[in-house]
Amino acid sequence: MTGFTSDEMMTIAAARALKNDDVCFVGIGAPSAACNVARLTHAPDITLIYESGTIGTAPEVLPLSIGDGELCETAVTTVSVPEMFRYWLQGGRISVGFLGAAQLDRFGNINTTVIGDYHQPKVRLPGGGGAPEIASSCGEIFITMKQSKRGLVDKIDFFTSFGHGEGGHARERLGLRTKGPTLLITDLAIWKPDPETKEFTVTSLHPGVTREAVQETCGWQVRFAAGLTETPAPTALELDTLRALKARTAAAHGGQEVA
Amino acid sequence: MATFMSLAEAVSSNLFDGDTAAFEGFTHLIPHAAAHEAIRQGRRDLTLVRMTPDIVYDQMIGMGMARKLVFSYAGNPGVGLLRRLRDAVENGWPHPVEIEEHSHAAMANAYEAGAAGLPCAVFRGYKGASLARVNPNIRSVTCPFTGEELAAVPSIRPDVTFIHAQKANRRGDVLIEGIIGIQKEAVLAARRAVVTVEEVVEDFAGVHPNACVLPHWTVKAIAVVPGGAHPSYAHGYYARDNRSYLEWDAIAADREAFTAWMKQNVLDKDADVFAGRVAALRAAR
Repeated sequence: MTGFTSDEMMTIAAARALKNDDVCFVGIGAPSAACNVARLTHAPDITLIYESGTIGTAPEVLPLSIGDGELCETAVTTVSVPEMFRYWLQGGRISVGFLGAAQLDRFGNINTTVIGDYHQPKVRLPGGGGAPEIASSCGEIFITMKQSKRGLVDKIDFFTSFGHGEGGHARERLGLRTKGPTLLITDLAIWKPDPETKEFTVTSLHPGVTREAVQETCGWQVRFAAGLTETPAPTALELDTLRALKARTAAAHGGQEVA
Repeated sequence: MATFMSLAEAVSSNLFDGDTAAFEGFTHLIPHAAAHEAIRQGRRDLTLVRMTPDIVYDQMIGMGMARKLVFSYAGNPGVGLLRRLRDAVENGWPHPVEIEEHSHAAMANAYEAGAAGLPCAVFRGYKGASLARVNPNIRSVTCPFTGEELAAVPSIRPDVTFIHAQKANRRGDVLIEGIIGIQKEAVLAARRAVVTVEEVVEDFAGVHPNACVLPHWTVKAIAVVPGGAHPSYAHGYYARDNRSYLEWDAIAADREAFTAWMKQNVLDKDADVFAGRVAALRAAR
């Protein structure tokens, strides 16, 4: 298979990480595309949950927001927002939380709140929404985002969602019993936390991507795993599924890009 | 006891300067018509509460109505940032706005605690999150049985909550369907509640026995405003006007464009315009 974009590779690599029996809390944007590609390919029975309260949803097109009507129409059930956060998320019923990030550090801590000082921000971002408790209550966290020096930074300005803190056993020290970030999928590579330090380490480069390209778009000194592999290229089925989903989405939303 | 009245009267008799007000809706059923009426009536010094303040709070903040904003996600869903809110927070235009920021879990719990008549909400959250350091209303309690440290936030008790719903029956009971969000809790947590509805029906015969219904005695005022959620949507009635959300990004980016838009589309209009705004969206629902 030739001829795919780095964005498509990112979405497909992220989709592959999900299992058929996962119960997945879906963040909007890149995670939403990946989760639905998984559902439309190898994981038809996956339970997708959006924070608007839709459980087991199967949208024909990607939603523009977490509360689009189609999420409700295709869901197994739609619950209230307090029930969503109390019984289903806090109750420990969700195996994977899939998040995007504006800023991410090497330990999987996420900032979507402010750039600069909180009280005198340079840029005021939308904030955490459900993410702080998604990050602490889901069994594990997958993160997907495009690489850039503005996005992958040495130090984040604000801990919107706690990943592995300063590394090592930081989660245990806070009393967190969930695994936290276990996977980062970018447009260039697949990263996993080092078992000891918890620093994200590149384990697989997407086809045609060099170590230099990964380093040039990352704000910290990148570590590469000893057994570095190459991510298998998208299959025809994966690519067709993703492109058809994007085309249906564009048609349904009048050409409006999904954020 | 619910009384049917015009939207103008429902707002003027329930929303006052200095109130803590929630205009709730989780993407779905956002009470735009009620908020626009509040803008026309020029209320000031409000503490605005909402989990997901989107373009309608951007409008109210840009019009200088808010003293404080309590929220958990301030974005234009599917589009990006709220530019009027940013201008207020970053540059103090038209005047500075105090913010009290939470997570969704915290606010959902706080509304539920408000509805339950409790002083605070207790939940497992904010572990390692910086918000706990910048918001003094995020504290912790120790479970007296297990010793577990849990997060605590004050309950939300608005002076008035505004919501939009699909139907009221003649008695004034209110039916909410689809993504029901936080509306039931926001109404029960408030001292007063005002509901705009798409239509009034004789009764709720045939409605599922477990449907989300607010009995008439939990609501102060009901105003019939077809299309009153636009550009948000009403499940079963009309689709979300995604184009309007996209266009808002450019309008809100410029103070003069914003001010002109508000005059033309809000200040110089009334609640009757909403039905026309959703006419083309009814087929797409």
